[in-house]
This record gives sequence, C-alpha cells and structure tokens, in this order.
Amino acid sequence: MNFEPKIIAFLCNWCTYTAADAAGVARMEQPANVDVIRVMCTGRIEPMFVLKAFAEGADGVIVSGCHPPGDCHYTNGNFKTFRRMPLLERILSQFGIEDGRFHWGWISGAEAPKWAELARTFTEQVRGLGPLNWKDQLASKED
Amino acid sequence: MMDAGRHPNITLLTNSEVAAVSGYVGNFKVTVKKKPRYIKEELCVGCLQCIDACTYKEAKFADEFQMGLGKRKPVYLPFPQATPQVVLIDPQRCIQLKTGKCKKTCAAACDRNAIDFEQKEETVEVDVGAIIISTGFQPFDATRIPAYGYGRYPNVYTGLEVERLTSASGPTAGEVILRDGTRPKSVGIVHCVGSRDEKTNRYCSRVCCMYSLKLAHMVKDHTGAQVYNFYIDMRTPGKSYEEFYDKLLSEDVRFIRGRVAEVTDWAVKPEEEGKLVIRVEDTLIGVVRRIPVDMVILSTGLEPQADAASVASMFGISRSADGFFAEAHPKLRPVETNTDGVYLAGCSQGPRDVPDTVAHAGAAASMTIALLNRGQVTISPTVASVDEKLCSACKTCLSICPYQAIVFNADKNIAVVNDALCKGCGTCAAACPAAAITARHFSDEQIVAQIEGLLREPKTAEGARP
Repeated sequence: MNFEPKIIAFLCNWCTYTAADAAGVARMEQPANVDVIRVMCTGRIEPMFVLKAFAEGADGVIVSGCHPPGDCHYTNGNFKTFRRMPLLERILSQFGIEDGRFHWGWISGAEAPKWAELARTFTEQVRGLGPLNWKDQLASKED
Repeated sequence: MMDAGRHPNITLLTNSEVAAVSGYVGNFKVTVKKKPRYIKEELCVGCLQCIDACTYKEAKFADEFQMGLGKRKPVYLPFPQATPQVVLIDPQRCIQLKTGKCKKTCAAACDRNAIDFEQKEETVEVDVGAIIISTGFQPFDATRIPAYGYGRYPNVYTGLEVERLTSASGPTAGEVILRDGTRPKSVGIVHCVGSRDEKTNRYCSRVCCMYSLKLAHMVKDHTGAQVYNFYIDMRTPGKSYEEFYDKLLSEDVRFIRGRVAEVTDWAVKPEEEGKLVIRVEDTLIGVVRRIPVDMVILSTGLEPQADAASVASMFGISRSADGFFAEAHPKLRPVETNTDGVYLAGCSQGPRDVPDTVAHAGAAASMTIALLNRGQVTISPTVASVDEKLCSACKTCLSICPYQAIVFNADKNIAVVNDALCKGCGTCAAACPAAAITARHFSDEQIVAQIEGLLREPKTAEGARP
C-alpha cells in the first residue's frame, strides 16, 4: 500500500485559515493529506499541541499565521509564535524528529495560491521522509 | 456635501489627520491632528476677498484641483464646492508664513479678522462609538508606463486632466485645447492604463470605460475632433450605461479593440509628421496599426492610497491582495471589517463608481446607526477566562495580552479577564504556566480532542480515513 502521510495544520483564523478557505473556494488543487485545526491566533498554539499531534500519529505538522510585523489581527500574537516555534524546533530535533516534518511560517488571507503550494510541497516532502511511527515507538516504551 | 457641513449632529474636521486610535466598539478614542489653515474657521464666510487682495497680483502656483493645468494664489479655496466654504493658506507659498515680511494685504482686506498667521497644529481627542473609513483612492501614476509617453510628450494627458479641460469651471473654461492653445483634430483614448495589466494592477478599475466614453463624447462635442478609443473589452454594466455606449457608437466615435503598445512621435509616413502615433494591434482584424493623433488621453485606473498600509494597522483592519481595505465578507458583509465598530465606504474598499459609492456609504451609515441606537453591543463569547483555583498569580498573562484586558486583583491574588476588552486570541491561554486560563471555544481539551479525532486509526475498510 502506498504511504499517505497524515499532516495536521494549525492555522490562525484571520490569515492562513482564510487563505486555505479561499483556496478551496477557488478550487485550487491540494492534497487531502492536510487536516486543518483552526485557532483564533497562532499565539494560541501551545508547543504541546504540536508534540501531541506527533504523538498521536501525525507524520508532519504545519503552523501558519499572519505575516509579521503588523498583519496580526491581534496586534502581536504572531510575534509570540515567532519566539515559541524556534525553541520547539530544537526540542523536536532532540526527540529525533527530522526538520522537514515541521513547518512554521506566514501566509496572509490574500495568498491562497501560496497555501495550496505549501500544502502540495509539504505533503511531498513528508511523503519523501516516510512514516514517523512515533505513536508506536512511544507505546512500545510504555510497556 | 453642503448638507453634511450644516447638519447640527455632524462635526467636520477638515485638513486633519488621524494620529492614533484606541479603545473598542462603542468606546473608541481617536486622536486627530488638526493642521493649521491660518484662517479662523468660525469667522470666515467664504467671501474670497482675501484672494483678490493677496500680495501676489497674479495666481502663479500650480492648482492641485486643476491637476496643475490652472494656477492659484497662496491663499485659496481648494475647489469651488469645498465644504466648509473656508479658504486656507499654503504655508509653503505664503510670503508672510515663509519670511514674516509681507504687507499682509489679505488680512487688511478681511473685515471679519479671520486671518491668523499664528495658528498652530492642534491635537483633538474625540470619543466615538463607531468609525467609517472612506479614504478613497489615488489615481494610477501614468509615468509608471514609460511606453505611453506621459510626462515626455506634452500632449499626452490623463483622463482627470482632460476632465478639467472639459469643465466649464476648469482652467480653460471648457475649451479642450492642446498645450500650444490649438484645438486637437484627432484624439486617442487609451483604456486600461494601470488596470488589467500583469505589470501594474491585475484588477479592473471599473470606472475607466465609462469615463472614457464620457470624455469621448465631451471632446467630440467640444472640438469636433475624430476620437479613437483603444480598449481591451468594453465593460459597461450598470443602469443605462450600455445605452450610452450604444449612443457613442452612433456618434461616429471609433472603437479599436487592442491594448496600445506605445505612443511615439517617431513619424514614418508624411501624415504622421508632428503628431503622436499610437501603435496598436487591432485584434478584430488582426493587423498592427499606426494611428496619428494630436492628443492622447490615458484612462488611468484607481489604486489604494499610498498610506493604506499604515491606516490599516492603525485601525486594526486588513487589506486584500489588491491593497484595498478588506471587507468582512465579499458578498454578505461588504461594509463591515473584521474589527467590530469599524466600517468601510467607497473606493477605500475597492474601485467603484458614483452610484455604487453612494449606496456603499449609505449602507455604512445605516450600519453605524443600527449599532449605536441599540445602546449595547453583543460581544463574542470567544473570550479567555481564568480559573481562580488554578491561578498562581505569576502575572505572566498581564504582559502578554495585546489589549491590556487582563488585570491583577490584589485582594484575591488572581488575574481577571475583562470580557469587553478581550478579543479571544488565546495567547494568554498558551502562555499560562499553571494552565489556569481557558480560551473559550478553543480550550486545550477541545483542540486535543480535534487532534485525536483527526489522527484516529481507521476502523472502516482498510486504508480509508475516518
């Protein structure tokens, strides 16, 4: 059976979620592997959510919000993401999760084609890396 | 406009600029910089005697309203229907304001003593419940397309410039004349300058087809010249617009379908000597043509104001891909923004013509009246709340809130969220080390449940996703 990566995307309501919505309305082609979880602001995204997604079996995770500076609907929520995500990247690498499995960045509400492009390229990238199987590894250690 | 100026419930702050906005729906505090006009507004009655009396006997400065085709004095009325009917003094031009050494004949002529050279910039703070942004557009700068020769060839005009030439109150009193004072015998109107163009703006500016047709009609009526329209597509939707286009077709105005390649003064045939030559592919007959004309009119498109980005961030609204302010929903909420209490009117939201702008502005005014008359606002339940039992009083959330919506209650030794100020971004919930803050509708449990649900192993047929 072909490997189909499971990807969770945490998107902020005002920018990237709007872009993803617009990409759908405009019928841009994008893989079904990416599942979106909407939050009001990327500032709401606790690093724990990303770890939880990997622990529950995700092969890749995307965090995307409004372009800094100034685009954030909540003034500066994206700056908090900007500070949290690099720290999270270091923790992920210590856990042995490859860089290519986690993407964080910015896509504004007007950049629907950019979202469709990211969904396509990131899915192919994770497909190339193969299954993560973190869930099974964690389960075997618990035994 | 006059009615707005006279209405007892309307206060006009002209020649002013918004410096800062704070607060939230129903309770905005707007700081306005009122620039000096060097005239006491409440005393001036618009008799214009100061203009006649100015030390400059002849008007010698480019008049912005006449697109630089006419001249004005340092003391002037911006345009004939200006509201309020109050003159102002240009500090860059006035001798008194520049050097302090003028005979001040204007002040002597004013029998109401309305002229005040000592006026300074004022800062006014106003409390408002709702805000309508109607900052309009700026015309496309035609020099950005060098091939059309605007700024290089004197007889290449923009649509707005010719609009002033055709106006009875314009610099030539309605005479459509070239720079040398002669009447043009042939005129070419180039559509879509700075619109529907991959290199400048991709969108259609909506008004240019109709104003080009109007100018074609006016110029032909005023001069009897042969008029050519060079268009990509004629876009004339709207009540009785198509009928006007039909009328022009029967008026012997020529329509050539094709985007103009360039405007040049390089003559290759004897009849092109001393004329401007428009090179265009006529796509209906499939040949490249050279049309010699005396006057070229560029139908420039509509662009967002140059400072749209800073205005957007000041009012907390967003912009769409074309740079105009973004509405909350393109079809169902065209005057609202994503910020409660801030509305849009007119071309600040996108290019539109006069009837559409009037309708849009009326809708925005109705929205604000509906909001304010209700007397209370419904706020979103999506706000943060602090669990008193879990809060450890570390105050991390206080500094992280972008709205200062969290205050510290020293008596109870806990943080408290103000529901009216909280906009529900949830960044405090992510930061709280004690997990005492819940972002309602986006709680940890809800998001984790979503993660688990999305990644649940399929129980149905092999390989199918749940």
